[in-house]
Amino acid sequence: MTRLRRVGLALFAPVLAVLVAAVISSAVMAALQVDPVRVFQVMFDFGSTPDEQVTALVVILNRAIPLFLAGLAVAIAFRMGLFNIGVEGQYRLATIVAAAVGAAIVLPGPLHVLVIVLVAMAVGALWAGIVAVLKVTRGVSEVISSIMLNFIALGTASYLLTGPFRGSAPGASIVATKDLPESGWLPGINGVFSALGLVSPPRELYGFLPLAIIAGVAISVLLNRTRFGFDLKASGMSPSAASASGVDARAMVIKTMLLSGAIAGLIGLPDLLGKTHSYTTDFTAGLGFLGIAVALLGRNRPGGIALAALLFAFLDRSLVPLQIASYPASVVTIIQGTIVLAVVIANEIARRIARRQAERSSVLPAAAGPGAGGGGPGTGPTTPADDTDERQGAQA
Amino acid sequence: MMKTAALLLAGSLALAACASSQNNSSASGSSSSGSSAGGNLKIGVAYDTGGRGDKSFNDSAYAGIQAAVKQHGGKFTELSPNADASNRADLLTQLADQGYNPIIAVGFAYSDVLGGVAKQYPNVTFAQVDGAAAALKTQPAPNNFTGLLFAENEGSFLAGVAAALKTTAGHIGFVGGVDTPLIKKFEAGYIAGAKAVNPKIKIDSQYISPAGDFSGFNDPAKGKIVAAGMYDGGADIVYHAAGGSGLGVFKAAAAANKLAIGVDSDQYQTVGDPALQAVILTSMLKRVDNAVQKFIGDFVDKKVTGGKDVINDLKSDGVGLATSGGKIDDIKTQIDQYRAKIISGEIKVPVTP
Repeated sequence: MTRLRRVGLALFAPVLAVLVAAVISSAVMAALQVDPVRVFQVMFDFGSTPDEQVTALVVILNRAIPLFLAGLAVAIAFRMGLFNIGVEGQYRLATIVAAAVGAAIVLPGPLHVLVIVLVAMAVGALWAGIVAVLKVTRGVSEVISSIMLNFIALGTASYLLTGPFRGSAPGASIVATKDLPESGWLPGINGVFSALGLVSPPRELYGFLPLAIIAGVAISVLLNRTRFGFDLKASGMSPSAASASGVDARAMVIKTMLLSGAIAGLIGLPDLLGKTHSYTTDFTAGLGFLGIAVALLGRNRPGGIALAALLFAFLDRSLVPLQIASYPASVVTIIQGTIVLAVVIANEIARRIARRQAERSSVLPAAAGPGAGGGGPGTGPTTPADDTDERQGAQA
Repeated sequence: MMKTAALLLAGSLALAACASSQNNSSASGSSSSGSSAGGNLKIGVAYDTGGRGDKSFNDSAYAGIQAAVKQHGGKFTELSPNADASNRADLLTQLADQGYNPIIAVGFAYSDVLGGVAKQYPNVTFAQVDGAAAALKTQPAPNNFTGLLFAENEGSFLAGVAAALKTTAGHIGFVGGVDTPLIKKFEAGYIAGAKAVNPKIKIDSQYISPAGDFSGFNDPAKGKIVAAGMYDGGADIVYHAAGGSGLGVFKAAAAANKLAIGVDSDQYQTVGDPALQAVILTSMLKRVDNAVQKFIGDFVDKKVTGGKDVINDLKSDGVGLATSGGKIDDIKTQIDQYRAKIISGEIKVPVTP
C-alpha cells in the first residue's frame, strides 16, 4: 500500500506534466487552426515499411542516449542540491580532448575505446571540479561559476579545435580533429534487431547504448545502495542535518561534482565513437542544457531520466515528419517548452501533497488540531531533491 | 530564495535550449503550370540552421526553388533542422523515403552526412549549396551528388572596392558571423578589394562567435554590438557576412548614421524597414537562387552529370553586387573595371585573409 502510494506519487508529477503539456499545446494548435489529432497521428507515424519503422526507432534511441547521460549528469548534482549548469561546457571540452587523445594513440580495440572513455570522464570531472573547489574554498555559487565556465569551456574547445588539435585540411569548411583510428570506433549494435526478428535498418544503433545503461544502473546502485549515496541524498535534503550526523559537506560537494562531471564527459561519446569519429565545428551542441529539462522531467532518478530522454528524443524525431506533412515544427517546441514548465509546477504540487500527508500522519497520533496543516509556501529551501517529503509520506 | 532563483534560471536555460528558430518552416508550395517535365517534380529542400526567414542565405535558396517550380511545375517540401542540427541525416533520408527527387541541402554543414545518404539512395539526385564534392566523408563523391559552390571572395572583392571608394574616413570594417573558412573567404576578398583601391585603408575585422559556435549567424544583438564598436572606432562602412546577425549591423549603422554592406541576398529589398534601407550601401549577392534554379532545370532536362562541383563566380553571375537604392551608381564604372579584370584573370582574388 505504501509502496503503491510512493510509486503513484513519483509518477504523478511527470505524467501530469506531459498531460498538461499535451492539452496546452493542443489548445495552441487549435487556436492556430491546426488539427491537433492529425498532428499527434503524424508524430506517432513511424513510416510504412519495416525498414522505415526500425530506422525511426534507431533515430529515437540514438538521440535518447546522449540525452539520458546529460540528464544523469545533471541529476546527480541535483540530488545533492547542487545545480550543475556547466554540463554543457564539461561535455564539449571532454569530447574534444577525448577525440584528440583517441586520434593520437593506437591501441587494440576495446582498450582504445576504454582510454577514450576514461579521458572524457577525467576531463569532464576536472572541469566540474573547478566549480566544486570554488564553492568549498571561496563560497562561489555553483550556478554562477558553472555557467561562466561554460563560456570558457566553449572558447577553449574552439581554440583547441582550430589550433593544436586541428586535423582537417586547411580551408575545409568544417574544421575537425583528426579521425579516430578504426580501433577507437564503437561499432553499431544492429545485431539486436536481427536477434529480435526485426529488419536491420540502414542506420546503425549506437554501440554506446549498453554502456549508457551500465552507467545508469551504476548510478542507481550508488545512490540507493551505498553509504556515499545516502550521504549525498542526506546532504541534499538537509545540509545541516547531514553535517550534524558526521557527513563532511565540503568533501561531498567535491565528490558529487566530480561524479557529475565524469558522467557529463560521456555525453558526446555516443556520437564521437559511433558516428562522427572526430570532434568538429558542427558537433551537436546544447545537450547539457537539454539535460536539465530531462532531469527535471525524470525527477532525478535514472529510470525516470531514461523515460524522459526517450520522450524528448521521440519529440525530436517527429520534427521531420511534421514538417513533411506541412505542420509547423514549432508545435514540438511548444510541447517541449510546456512540458518543462508543467513539470516544475507539477513537482511542486506533488511535493505539497506529500508534505501534507506527512504532516497529517505525524500530527494525528498526537491528536493535534488542524492548525498544524499550514506549513505554507516559502518555508524551507525548495531544493530540487524534493523527495524529502515523499519519503516521509511513504514511511507513514 | 537563492535556490528558487537558480531553479528559474535553470528552467529558462533549458527552455532556451528547446526553443529553436524554426519559423514558418513548412509551407509546401505547389503549382503546376504544366510545362516540360510536368507536375510530377517533387523537390525536397533541407535548410541550414536558421531555416527560412533568415532574409539571407536560406531565403535565397527558397527563391530559386520557387522560380524553378514556376518554370517546370511540380511541388516542393522544405525542412529545417532541429535546434542543435543533429538531425541533418534524418531530414535527407526522410525526404528520400517520401520519394522526393531531387533533394537540395543548403549549407556546408551537410557535408558530413550527405555522402553516406547519397550512397544509400543511389537513384535520388542530391545537390548541396556551398558543399564541395571533395568535402564529403564518402570518397570518391557519389555520382548522384553535385556541389553548388560560389566565388564569394570575388563578390566580396567588389564590395571592398565599393567600400574603399565610398569611405570618407579611410576606415572600414568587416563583421563575420562565425570564424569559419567559408566566412574567411568573404573577409579575404573584401580586404583585397579595398586594398586594391587604397593600399593604406584601415580595415577592422571581427567575428561574432568562434569556430564551433554557430550562434554568430543568428544573433542580431551581438552583431549590433560588434558593428557599433567599429563605428565608434571611426569606421564609416561595415560589411557583414553574418547571416541573420546582419540585421544588428544595419541597426548599428542606422544608430551611428553610417553605412553598411549586406550579404547573400539584395538586403535593400529584403530588410523591410525604410530606416535600415537608408544605410545599406549595396549587398554582395551570392546568387544561391540562380544556382538552385539552374540545377533543377538541369535535372529536369536530365543534364546533371554529378560527382563534381558547379562553381558560380563573377563570370557566370553567380556572385555580384546589388544596385538597389542607387547608392553605388556613381562608382559603377570603377566597379565594372575591377569586375572585368577579375573575369579576365588579371586580378587573382585570394581565398584566405
